[in-house]
Amino acid sequence: MVTLSADTRPIIGRGPPLGARFFFLAVISIAAMVLDQRGHYLDTARMWMGAALHPLNMIVDAPHSAWNWLTGSFADRARLREENAELTEALRVARIKLLEYESLVEENRRLRELRKASQGIVERTLIAEIMNVTVESFRHRIRIDKGAADGVFEGQPVIDAFGVVGQVVRLDYFSSQVILITDAEHATPVQVNRNGIRSIAMGTGKLASLSLPFMTAETDIKVGDLLVSSGLDGIFPAGYPVATITKVERSPTDTFATVEAKPLALLDRDREVLLLWPDVREQPAEATASEGGSNQGTEASPRNQGTSDVEAPN
Amino acid sequence: MAVSDARINSLRVALTVVLALIFTIVELPGSIERARPELLLLIVIYWSLSAPRIAGLTFAWLCGLAIDVLTGPIVGQHALAFLLVAFLTHKFQLRMRIFPIWHQTLTVFMLLALYEFLVFWIDGIIGPAITTWTRWLPVLTSALLWPVLVAVLDTWNRRRR
Repeated sequence: MVTLSADTRPIIGRGPPLGARFFFLAVISIAAMVLDQRGHYLDTARMWMGAALHPLNMIVDAPHSAWNWLTGSFADRARLREENAELTEALRVARIKLLEYESLVEENRRLRELRKASQGIVERTLIAEIMNVTVESFRHRIRIDKGAADGVFEGQPVIDAFGVVGQVVRLDYFSSQVILITDAEHATPVQVNRNGIRSIAMGTGKLASLSLPFMTAETDIKVGDLLVSSGLDGIFPAGYPVATITKVERSPTDTFATVEAKPLALLDRDREVLLLWPDVREQPAEATASEGGSNQGTEASPRNQGTSDVEAPN
Repeated sequence: MAVSDARINSLRVALTVVLALIFTIVELPGSIERARPELLLLIVIYWSLSAPRIAGLTFAWLCGLAIDVLTGPIVGQHALAFLLVAFLTHKFQLRMRIFPIWHQTLTVFMLLALYEFLVFWIDGIIGPAITTWTRWLPVLTSALLWPVLVAVLDTWNRRRR
């Protein structure tokens, strides 16, 4: 039994009747849902409500970041040296690759200018940390610690070091929600890297698999093929690795083959992801302003990672 | 005297709500993640029964709105579901309060089922809803949590009064 509080004033006879209040608030909720779903009219309001509730996200994330900080500051020397050696080696390899990359970027840019095409050029990147906060148990969504305050926008592509992670679906002021490519509601336009066949990779709700339902039985595709983003949706820039084919089943009676792929991004193990600004020309004001106006900075994306990376305020 | 009591009570309500919200978004290990009880809804029902002056319909609606902002796909979904549950609780509070605990748990179970169903329904309207049976698991775990929650909060309320 529930104990009644000490408040002994009469319950009945004050304020509008229960039914009227219920009706009023229900109408508001339904109106809010319609406005939010149909026209995104509530984006700004939602952003500020999200900002008001952001401290909760930070509290929940705090033990984890504190633990990271602790292990970081009390790491033993041998391990640090080992890590340092590894990183130096990795950096050396990356530098050598970058030499090649620079000239390729330049060439690519010239060719694209000839074709008057701008798609696929990433102008700015920003590292975001994944917050240890559950967004929804049944959907593949994560929360990252960068939001509208950092210039993040809805539909922004998110990648990690190995491939495409997903895109921003909901924007708060200080954080945002990212839908993973494996969410059952997400579809990624892809292209087989080997021969350029285009298709769509749908999320399945399982972290380790994507399905390609629109591959006919005659399509030239085999296990191990690399899928890259095709850029046709105008969201993901072209050419980023998405997944590798793990299963192709052709049955003579079906028109379509059963094709499954495994995402390359470490969707369940990432701590940090990279936000991309695919085309600065689309939104010049914000992006170029925070770029510091340097010509050098807009050249190659991996290099200006360091300069445009803003540390989280927590 | 009554004023200071009311203030202490509001403080308690606010504290439990904040704790429940934190519980809603804290990361749980994969296996029990799906069975996460709807703690905030239980808290709303509890306060609607024991402090109906403080925890009215607007309070429940705001709690639902907070869930929407933190987790939901659209604003208003959980707000509406919370509102419906709170409305029914207020409607039947005089009866529910004197139910024996198992009877009360059963009523809460039905309220939770109604809540999950409404959320599921709205999910289906706005997009493809998740139809696995595990999405109904929170109804069971929350109902099982109800007697514990009542015991804890009742003890706390009595001691501090």
